[in-house]
Amino acid sequence: MGVEGIGASVVRKEDKRFITGKGRYVDDIKLLGMTHAHFIRSPHAHAKVKGIDSSAALNMPGVVAVLTGQQIVDDKVGNLICGWAITSKDGSPMKMGAWPAMAPETVRFVGQAVAVVIAETKNLARDAAEAVVVNYEELPAVADIHAAIKSGAPQLHPEAPGNQVYDWVIGDEGATDAAFAKAANVVKLDVTNNRLAPNAMEPRAAIADYDAAEEHFTLYTTSQNPHVARLVLSAFYNIAPEHKLRVIAPDVGGGFGSKIFIYPEEMVALWASKKVGRPVKWTGDRTEAFLTDAHGRDHVTHAEMAFDAQNKILGLKVKTYANFGAYMSLFSSSVPTYLYATLLSGQYNIPAIHAEVVGVYTNTTPVDAYRGAGRPEASYLIERLMETAARQLKVDPAQLRRSNFITQFPHQTPVIMAYDTGDFNASLDAAMKAIDYAGFPARKAQAKSQGKLRGIGVSCYIEACGIAPSKAVGSLGAGVGLWESAEVRVNPVGTIEILTGSHSHGQGHETTFCQLVAERLGVPISQVSIVHGDTDKVQFGMGTYGSRSAAVGLTAILKAMEKMEAKAKKIAAHALEASEADIVIENGEFKVTGTDKAIALPMVALAAYTAHNLPDGMEPGLKESAFYDPTNFTFPAGTYICELEVDPGTGKTSFVNFVAADDFGRLINPMIVEGQVHGGLVQGIGQALLEHAIYDANGQPVTASFMDYAMPRADDVPSFNLSHTTTLCPGNPLGIKGCGEAGAIGASAAVINAITDAIGKNNLEMPATPDRVWRTIHAA
Amino acid sequence: MYQTTYHRASSVDEAVSLFGKSSEAKFLAGGQTLLPVMKQRLASPSDVIDLGKIKELQGIELSGDTLTIKAGTIYYDIMTNADVKKAIPAIAHLTSVLGDPAVRYRGTIGGSIANNDPAADFPAALLALGATVKTNKRSISAEDFFQGLFTTALEDGEIITAVSFPVPAKAGYEKMRHPASRFALTGVFVAQTKSGEVRVAATGASQSGVMRVPAIEAALKANWSPSAIDGVSISASGLLADIHGTAEYRANLVKVMAQRAVAAAR
Ligand SMILES: Cc1cc2nc3c(=O)[nH]c(=O)nc-3n(C[C@H](O)[C@H](O)[C@H](O)COP(=O)(O)OP(=O)(O)OC[C@H]3O[C@@H](n4cnc5c(N)ncnc54)[C@H](O)[C@@H]3O)c2cc1C
Repeated sequence: MGVEGIGASVVRKEDKRFITGKGRYVDDIKLLGMTHAHFIRSPHAHAKVKGIDSSAALNMPGVVAVLTGQQIVDDKVGNLICGWAITSKDGSPMKMGAWPAMAPETVRFVGQAVAVVIAETKNLARDAAEAVVVNYEELPAVADIHAAIKSGAPQLHPEAPGNQVYDWVIGDEGATDAAFAKAANVVKLDVTNNRLAPNAMEPRAAIADYDAAEEHFTLYTTSQNPHVARLVLSAFYNIAPEHKLRVIAPDVGGGFGSKIFIYPEEMVALWASKKVGRPVKWTGDRTEAFLTDAHGRDHVTHAEMAFDAQNKILGLKVKTYANFGAYMSLFSSSVPTYLYATLLSGQYNIPAIHAEVVGVYTNTTPVDAYRGAGRPEASYLIERLMETAARQLKVDPAQLRRSNFITQFPHQTPVIMAYDTGDFNASLDAAMKAIDYAGFPARKAQAKSQGKLRGIGVSCYIEACGIAPSKAVGSLGAGVGLWESAEVRVNPVGTIEILTGSHSHGQGHETTFCQLVAERLGVPISQVSIVHGDTDKVQFGMGTYGSRSAAVGLTAILKAMEKMEAKAKKIAAHALEASEADIVIENGEFKVTGTDKAIALPMVALAAYTAHNLPDGMEPGLKESAFYDPTNFTFPAGTYICELEVDPGTGKTSFVNFVAADDFGRLINPMIVEGQVHGGLVQGIGQALLEHAIYDANGQPVTASFMDYAMPRADDVPSFNLSHTTTLCPGNPLGIKGCGEAGAIGASAAVINAITDAIGKNNLEMPATPDRVWRTIHAA
Repeated sequence: MYQTTYHRASSVDEAVSLFGKSSEAKFLAGGQTLLPVMKQRLASPSDVIDLGKIKELQGIELSGDTLTIKAGTIYYDIMTNADVKKAIPAIAHLTSVLGDPAVRYRGTIGGSIANNDPAADFPAALLALGATVKTNKRSISAEDFFQGLFTTALEDGEIITAVSFPVPAKAGYEKMRHPASRFALTGVFVAQTKSGEVRVAATGASQSGVMRVPAIEAALKANWSPSAIDGVSISASGLLADIHGTAEYRANLVKVMAQRAVAAAR
């Protein structure tokens, strides 16, 4: 592999600039003549906008313009779209409530923008915003899923009677009913998957710069997928055709899904820049992030699992209500359907599954993909069910899982997914060994003698990553293909630039992608640079989410590398007067195998660009590109086991141990993988113990700052004990499955299973705050 | 933040006179409460008078049975001070679980008690220990000083200069941290004075701010041990309730934290 090749824990190249404060984020960019935007946002969860009086604001110092929702509608900027069409069980399309970038008429969640002030400085814009008088007529609001679907509930959108977005089903209902009919035991569970606020470290930001002479826009924005942003802004929002719109996503400080979507603020900045004839900058603050970044999760589910007399699973029935908030965000519709219900088989052989998902509008911030996106909700449900079943059937929870594991691959589940490979026993064994599962009863007894309630919880997760085969997702309603593109440019001096459609916002692509080049060419990674995040530099790309960048993006790079290497070998063979088939690449040289004849990569590159002595008919240059479309999802899987203690006096949980045994296929950089797992686990633990985006009955957010919304901190989480059991993914040549979301998908069930084991009560909702745990312990 | 005029006072007298000259001034100590509120535009003082460089507001003294902490002393200095650790280790412990390192390096005892947040830690220590608040004008007993949520006996423009604590026979503080803010979801300070009196104060619990807990005081007076509190029942009525803790939970915490504070008392 070489010291910097695949499998080496190379220190991250990008960290020098991040750690020394030299990262270049959107807010660091200052353009000549730049103005600043401040949005005027609704304080009401549901209201009619009766009038906006900006006369006083317009006379304030430094104010350039006050623009309203009516103006953006009048200028025919398109409504926000949802890019994945879901069809209800009655055959009707999902019900889309119109979502203009600023509300001309009706606001439907606290924080929705109604107008924007453009001024010379941020503070002047904010001052003037206070002088804009918005006349609202409050309407009754609804924030809770159950309340929203009751008859007589406040209605959000005329397009969606009963606040229903869709009522979607998957699986074979008849077969599932038949399975339940012959069941020896049925296990039932109601769970809520709590709503989360994503909270990337860097808030969202945008700078729009309109060049009137060229009729051209440049948008700097905090995006996980700048090309998708350009596509959507061009094709649906009428901002500008693609060749007149450049989107740049420079350094981006975390996304976790929340920066996939194209938000109103970017649209308004672009539109306003043309209107005022100057660049417009908007940088969100933390409050705006809580109010407007798409939230995650928020499901309420009832599930039943049927077992035969030998404790084999016969079938699974699931009914889920998914809260979408006030509007359908860009990929929201796919999250509780194709990203959730298709994973309901978990790691188990389940002959029949039927799931129904009802999407619901409420007067809350829109909900969309957040780290794991649907898969954490599925995994949490299945793993809570398995634990509940083990308790009800009085069998060891690890054993119940083991006896139901899928062991033959490929495996077709009843819910679309076809698992390609895996070894679920291997990861369960590794995790049980790492935590000394057999020694737990003795440890529990020991803890009891000290007044502590000790519990252990298992979670065997599976996810579908490497998103995604274009044809497959197209047939399921996706509006885009989910391939990736790459270009390899070898410069005349032999240094290499890799252009990728993946986007790094913390993942370490600038290191891992170079490692592939180092592996193949034997050159140091210092000679390679990664170019990404700019639609003028990289032709196209689908961006980074769904643990797709290595499995899909890196494979595209590999394909382009192979083409480049083939051409370079021809040039080398020609220069060395050898046969192309005899050329091997080693340590940055093209060698004639079995001889000491060699030509270094820079000489090959130079030959390609001088074109003085190329094989007849060969084009000059050394640059190749490729598009790679995966043939299947990838299926990372693993087992997490958590051991913890609950203090019965306070309900507070303290971790004793947390082990993770993951199968991610091939690892490019184990150190970076470890970091991804740590971050994911912390997010999963955060969901289980701390985080909850709460609204009161009137739709007012209760947790819109870090003083109320509990983000996990270092002392809230244990040291993790990580290991890997590897089965290579057969679907891509590198054997990669992906590792970005696993922690967030698998961790929360392990924690809740451990707490409920400790306290001896099965029903406990997330987040398991000390108060909630204490009340559960002491409930009659 | 709205525009404001910043002044750096070099003495308490100067600070008082600057205050008198401005229309709506605020004293600035560690800024851990005042500055976030100003940044959110929830406060808009015309003038900010920084007390941070006033020498006479800095320092800790142990003299006989009295520990005096000057108002401008930051939590970190209190936490690491040898006299504090020797005389009232419960105060050193309290500061070590207050907020996070950034807050401990900036926040001051004077700012904390002037602000009198119902979930702040120091008010419980002052009340349980029977401390005296010294200002540029007078001395005020802790009982009289704390007057409910965010309300104190301080008059407009009055500056806290120090807090003096009688050194107790024993004292302990235990706190259940608010999961998000790290303030006290409920914290209980227990103290046994050298004359044998028992005083117990709870913070974060009551809707009217820091409070004495007579039932626990009586139980501990009879028998200074955690188990003495077993039979005490704390009513949930009048207690705070929010997304992180119901009133019943806080009532339980008053008891449990008191027991643990007694166990930890030195
Ligand atoms: C993230 C975070 C966590 C926190 N956690 C805790 C916690 O766990 N426990 C806790 O107790 N507190 C906590 N705090 C609050 C912290 O202790 C503050 O420092 C304290 O409330 C105010 O002290 P300060 O020195 O920062 O005062 P400032 O913010 O500067 O001032 C606060 C108020 O006191 C007035 N004031 C300041 N000094 C004087 C004086 N000498 N005389 C008269 N008036 C004065 C000011 O005018 C102002 O009105 C936390 C704060 C933050 C931001």
